[in-house]
Amino acid sequence: MNKLKKYLGIVWILLAMAVSYYFIGIFGNKLTSGKQDDLVFGIIIFFILLPLIVTGLAIFGWYALTDEYED
Amino acid sequence: MSEKSTKGIWKVITASSLGTMIEWYDFYIFGSLAVVLSTKFFPTDNPTAAFLSTLATFAAGFVVRPFGALFFGRLGDLIGRKYTFMVTLLIMGGATFLIGCIPSYQSIGFIAPLLVLILRLLQGLALGGEYGGAATYVAEHAPKNQKGYWTSWIQTTATAGLFVSLMVILLTKGILSKEAFEEWGWRVPFWISILMVIVSYMIRKNMAESPVFAKAKSEGKTSVNPLKESFNNRFNLKFVLLALFGATMGQGVVWYTGQFYAMSFMKTVQNIDSSQVDTLLGIALLIGTPFFVVFGWLSDKLGRKSIMMTGLLLAVFFYRPIYRQMYKLTDAKAMRTEGITTNSKSSRVVGSPVATIQTETDKTNPAIKNSRVFIVTKSDSVFSDGAVFHYSKTDTLYLAKELLFDHGKNASNEIWLKYDTKEHSGAVAHHKVKLKNSLKEGVAASKTDTIETVALKQFTDGSSTNKSHESGISVKANITVIKNIASSVKWYLVFLVFIQVLFVTMVYGPIAAFLVEMFPVKIRYTSMSLPYHVGNGIFGGLLPAISTYFVTTAKGAGNPEFYLEGLWYPIGIAAVSFVIGMIYIDRKINTLHD
Repeated sequence: MNKLKKYLGIVWILLAMAVSYYFIGIFGNKLTSGKQDDLVFGIIIFFILLPLIVTGLAIFGWYALTDEYED
Repeated sequence: MSEKSTKGIWKVITASSLGTMIEWYDFYIFGSLAVVLSTKFFPTDNPTAAFLSTLATFAAGFVVRPFGALFFGRLGDLIGRKYTFMVTLLIMGGATFLIGCIPSYQSIGFIAPLLVLILRLLQGLALGGEYGGAATYVAEHAPKNQKGYWTSWIQTTATAGLFVSLMVILLTKGILSKEAFEEWGWRVPFWISILMVIVSYMIRKNMAESPVFAKAKSEGKTSVNPLKESFNNRFNLKFVLLALFGATMGQGVVWYTGQFYAMSFMKTVQNIDSSQVDTLLGIALLIGTPFFVVFGWLSDKLGRKSIMMTGLLLAVFFYRPIYRQMYKLTDAKAMRTEGITTNSKSSRVVGSPVATIQTETDKTNPAIKNSRVFIVTKSDSVFSDGAVFHYSKTDTLYLAKELLFDHGKNASNEIWLKYDTKEHSGAVAHHKVKLKNSLKEGVAASKTDTIETVALKQFTDGSSTNKSHESGISVKANITVIKNIASSVKWYLVFLVFIQVLFVTMVYGPIAAFLVEMFPVKIRYTSMSLPYHVGNGIFGGLLPAISTYFVTTAKGAGNPEFYLEGLWYPIGIAAVSFVIGMIYIDRKINTLHD
């Protein structure tokens, strides 16, 4: 189980990167659509949700990789 | 537990739950009265006010809550749980009361929406601080092996707050006339909050500090810098991250899907009559709410992890079948395959088509006025199971430059618009509709960019000539429908929503105890509040907007199951949370800090 926890750390780091790529791809146009609602939504996605998922998951993955969650 | 201690904890539960319920009430009435508030404070024709409205919705509702968690969590770990969650209660109650006192936009201009935004931000901050305090306070009073059961009462307050807000609004609407409610009556639910807050404050005031925290304080074992110890300490931060990604993130999306997305889906995707949706959602919530306590209690016996993870897994697998079934229940095509047919004798066209004209300035050349004609046709479809679907079709026609209106009137003093549309089969359909309002003298309709696709002919006196355009179809036909569903369908929907509420109770019922047990006393309030409010406020709170985006995109792309696409967000988040929770959360995690 400890090995699984450790190696899944790589998955979480990769997932963080994939999420950032995906979000920029699908929500990127929100920032440039010119509509105010879209702009606020885009700002929240890009400056709140995205950093939270990406940095949070990456740190979580790193901790897993460095055996912080070992039993 | 002795009778005395049982009585004592019920007092603690009552004081904590009442205050938390009031905070949820305060938070929800803003959303429930959003339509009225927008007319009073956020006129859509004013871009600044509209911008403030969007900020008030997103920023205060979702983004500010984690900051409240940090600010008040720190206070709670420094000076105590009791005083902190009394402060949050007063801030929330005061802000809510003051929203009800702000003069309208018409009276004081943009200061009005600005004040609403500031008070809404205060509401978000207070809510961020309240929950962690109440959950910690109750858990620190509860016996060690019954924390799940006792804290689950706190978990019922969010649903109860939603109920009370709906009830107060319904009662106020029922007592006052429609005009009075829209004039000033909408302020009453905000004013009532202050009464509830005073009562709750008096009850809380007489409560003692949490015994666990009081002991730690007397022994000098409280934290001097809770934020640093919580988030700058690798050992603790890893549990904060685990709580977020392994539990609260999934719980947040399951919570929002089961209550708010289900409601939005029935109203906007299924187009069910709004009051029918409120009623059936209310019934499902009423039946489902006791299960918060059931699963909280069960988590004391079977473990928090197993109950919460089961809830997440069920949500991942059953959301799509549930929503597919919900959609089918009110989809006319699916209904016919089930043998539910329209009753041709009862189905009818309501009134005759009416056209209205709207003139607008051409953006490229302000001197030119373009005209659009909206032709509204209404009809009802009555189904053999008793359902009635009210259709309203609006055709928008763009007037060509060369098709100027003749301002003369016919003998009966009526003005008519005639036009032809070419069906897909190639047949030409002739239309004649009465104009609701005549064009003013001297106003000429002008060509718009889309005119080449329009077959439009117009007459005003019944004697003018037809002038066809090729490839003519009815332009931008926009069909809206409001469905009054049959009783049997209603109860089936109640059941399907109840199943979702059950998932909510599984993941939400034990989570307060789970979070409290994860962190040590000295930084508990801070450490548990942040993942809870990030999970609920941000991952959960953004669900309606993100899911709606997926649905709209899929619909635009012609996906036949577009209505299910919005579920990928909660399913994806819940699935990741399930995997992380299953692998990384230790069943004995609660013993780490004891």
